[in-house]
Amino acid sequence: MSKQDITYGTQKRHMGMRAAKTLSNTAVYIILAVISVIWLIPFVFIVLESFRCECHYQVGYIIPQKWGFTNYIELFQKTDFPKWYLNTFIIALFTAVIQTFIVLCMSYTLSRFRFKMRKALMQFMLILGFFPGMLTMIILYRVLKDIGLTQEHAVPGLILVYVASSGMGYYVSKGFFDTIPKSLDEAARIDGATRAQVLFRIILPLAKPIVIYTILTAFMAPWGDFVFAKYISFGASAGMNVAVGLNSFLSLDQIMNKYTLFCAGGVVVAIPVVILFLCLQRYYVEGVTGGAVKG
Amino acid sequence: MSKKKLTPAIIKLVLGCIALAVAVIFAVMLGRFLNGEIPVKSPYRSGSLLFRYVFWLALSGIAALLLLGLGLREMIKSSKFNGMAKANGIELKEEKSHRLQDFFKKIGHGFVNFFKAIGREAKDIVMTFIHGDWKTKISYLVMGFGCFARGQILRGILFLLFEIVFIGYMVIQGGYWLSMLPSLGINEQLTNQYDPVTDSYIKVPGDNSFKILLYGVLTIFFIIAFLYTWRVNIKQNRIAEEILKSGKKLRSGKQDLHSLVDDQFHKTLLALPMTGIVIFTVMPIVFMILVAFTGYDGAHNGMNKLFHWEGLTHFNEILNWSSGTKSYSATFGEILVWTLIWAVFATFSNYFLGILVAMGINKKGIKLKKLWRTVLVMTIAIPQFISLMFVSKMFAKDGLINLFLLNHNIIQLGGELPFWEDPVWARVTVIIINIWIGIPYLMLIATGILMNIPADLYESAKIDGASGWKQFSKITLPYMLFITGPYLLTSFIGNMNNFNVIFLLTGGGPTNAAGSSAAGNAGYTDLLITWLYKITMGEEAKYYMASVIGIMVFVVVGVIALIVYNVLPSVKNEEDFQ
Repeated sequence: MSKQDITYGTQKRHMGMRAAKTLSNTAVYIILAVISVIWLIPFVFIVLESFRCECHYQVGYIIPQKWGFTNYIELFQKTDFPKWYLNTFIIALFTAVIQTFIVLCMSYTLSRFRFKMRKALMQFMLILGFFPGMLTMIILYRVLKDIGLTQEHAVPGLILVYVASSGMGYYVSKGFFDTIPKSLDEAARIDGATRAQVLFRIILPLAKPIVIYTILTAFMAPWGDFVFAKYISFGASAGMNVAVGLNSFLSLDQIMNKYTLFCAGGVVVAIPVVILFLCLQRYYVEGVTGGAVKG
Repeated sequence: MSKKKLTPAIIKLVLGCIALAVAVIFAVMLGRFLNGEIPVKSPYRSGSLLFRYVFWLALSGIAALLLLGLGLREMIKSSKFNGMAKANGIELKEEKSHRLQDFFKKIGHGFVNFFKAIGREAKDIVMTFIHGDWKTKISYLVMGFGCFARGQILRGILFLLFEIVFIGYMVIQGGYWLSMLPSLGINEQLTNQYDPVTDSYIKVPGDNSFKILLYGVLTIFFIIAFLYTWRVNIKQNRIAEEILKSGKKLRSGKQDLHSLVDDQFHKTLLALPMTGIVIFTVMPIVFMILVAFTGYDGAHNGMNKLFHWEGLTHFNEILNWSSGTKSYSATFGEILVWTLIWAVFATFSNYFLGILVAMGINKKGIKLKKLWRTVLVMTIAIPQFISLMFVSKMFAKDGLINLFLLNHNIIQLGGELPFWEDPVWARVTVIIINIWIGIPYLMLIATGILMNIPADLYESAKIDGASGWKQFSKITLPYMLFITGPYLLTSFIGNMNNFNVIFLLTGGGPTNAAGSSAAGNAGYTDLLITWLYKITMGEEAKYYMASVIGIMVFVVVGVIALIVYNVLPSVKNEEDFQ
């Protein structure tokens, strides 16, 4: 083989590889595009349906024949939606604050201190987590009812239920605290800082990402919770959150008049949550990936 | 590493797959049998047939889990990745051949140690009494006396206060609840009793079984807390004596308070979270476990009508096979099988497809990475109930898709696609929609991990001439499995209890067309957890049945977790991440 042939051969191979690469990249592009469309389509549908004014029930086409804001206006003027929205917002706010406090206490302690019952405590909570949480709902409902925190007054009851057991969800933030070197604590302790000072002056500033992650997830959870809210509000419209309230629009006797209102409500609920989420996306991604790696 | 090591792994994997296939076959047979599709000649035979199916299903299932787990473990150990892990200081634990045995040994040791500890404590209590001075001796009756006498006023007050509150509670309330606990109430509420004072018919309230059970449990918790505090009180006396003897000073109240933000800081931090967990999780669970042994339901709610202890009857109802309509055991078997099938599909389909999507986005030369990722991440942000309810209606008989197809004459009226009406359609649709829900999360997780795989691994694989598939199966997958083993377990358990997806999509339906022959109004897509919910919300509201099912869920989840924890290689050593 002459020298020319060899160069020709390698060139050909290079070209073949490049062609293969372009081909596979194109395939990936197509797949990604298809996936994006599939993932976005239902949400586009919801938005379009919410602007459809000609009728309130389900139809077989997507582009509205008459556009307008009537669904939104009706939603805010003729239904209890503003009340549900306010309920959910209050619940989310309180849950975010209190739950973050509790989770940080728990995870910091389990990550940093080595006390006698620590391992046993963690195993106990792991096993406790195997019980379906819904089971406790039966008794909690009756006890809360006796205190008067159900039906119309479900909001404080719900906050209590969400927050009380949140200490069991310490895994992700404990994993984060585990990655902060212990030598920092020890250095501060030698300088005479108490344990509390170490936490507030040294660890917390370093833990900003996980604090934001915890607040974000705690704030978002009440917007999506269905079963506990349904159980505790128990049919009383004044105590419902958005999920339970909007779900009632889809019941058999209401769907004919309220289907498009449901879509409008969905849009109103989703917009602030999505904006908040996209702003803090970085922290969420960090938390989720970290949590999965450290179990 | 050498190829020799890989062959047993492959054999195990192959055997595991075969076992899995056998398990699936038996699961299908069991399902058909429970549906009554396999004719049974005599009722006697029906029981033995069921037993046979369940036995083989359990056996092959466990074998599949064990073999697949061990195979994967060995594959991971023998793959290239292991060397790299070692280089990074993460070392796989040496394989112990008797891990399960060790586990049972540990349980045995635990029991022995428990009784030993009780013996030690008892001995300590007696010895402290014999050797202690008079201050200590009086502390046995009057808690905190020793603290007062030795100048630790704050501790003394706390101990004494606790004792006073405890005795007061037991006299006024606790004694009554405790004495009623064995019977759960004697006097039934009487309606239409003639009241001579007002000359009318009134209700006379009787005992309240619900309150008796609730406060009985509370009282028992309180007694345990008191015994513990009493023990601490005695121990402190002994320690105080020893400190004084050695010529040191005791801590003052001020120092005690200061230690709560310093060397005892963990107690301060844990106080609030643990109180919440004990009151809102531990006690309700204890209560609900006890409910499984009573007759508490909608009709016998304790107030209008008493309920009583009924022993193991309800467990019998679920575990003893009976083929009648509305039998809980038949329905339970059916739903358990579907729950497991659902959990396997939901977990692994999301897992592998999520990894593939992440790999696609991360592929070299792909542009707009951020856009693709944001599109998927955005769907996480939208509260799940909105998308689930909307999609549920979209696939309904009179929903967007069917109406669209009707409008374009692709299907005829009456020939709508039975997404939620046909059992098989419903199950498949639920699984597919769950993929739509789940992939964005997995994509996020996988992206983070994929970026951590050292690039030189792939480089050297390329030089060795490994194909794309080989790179995936030898580097990417083992790495992912190694890192996300614990996550897979939690997401499996999460899927078993995935209430929202099932309930908001199908409501558990479709129910059996033949007039609901399933107990508790169960439908074909009901998981154990949604069935439990339905039972408590139904007209009969059989709380005891819900409670039995909850205990069953606990047992199933516990067994799976136990097997997985003992088989999978784990990176759960916390100190590794320091």
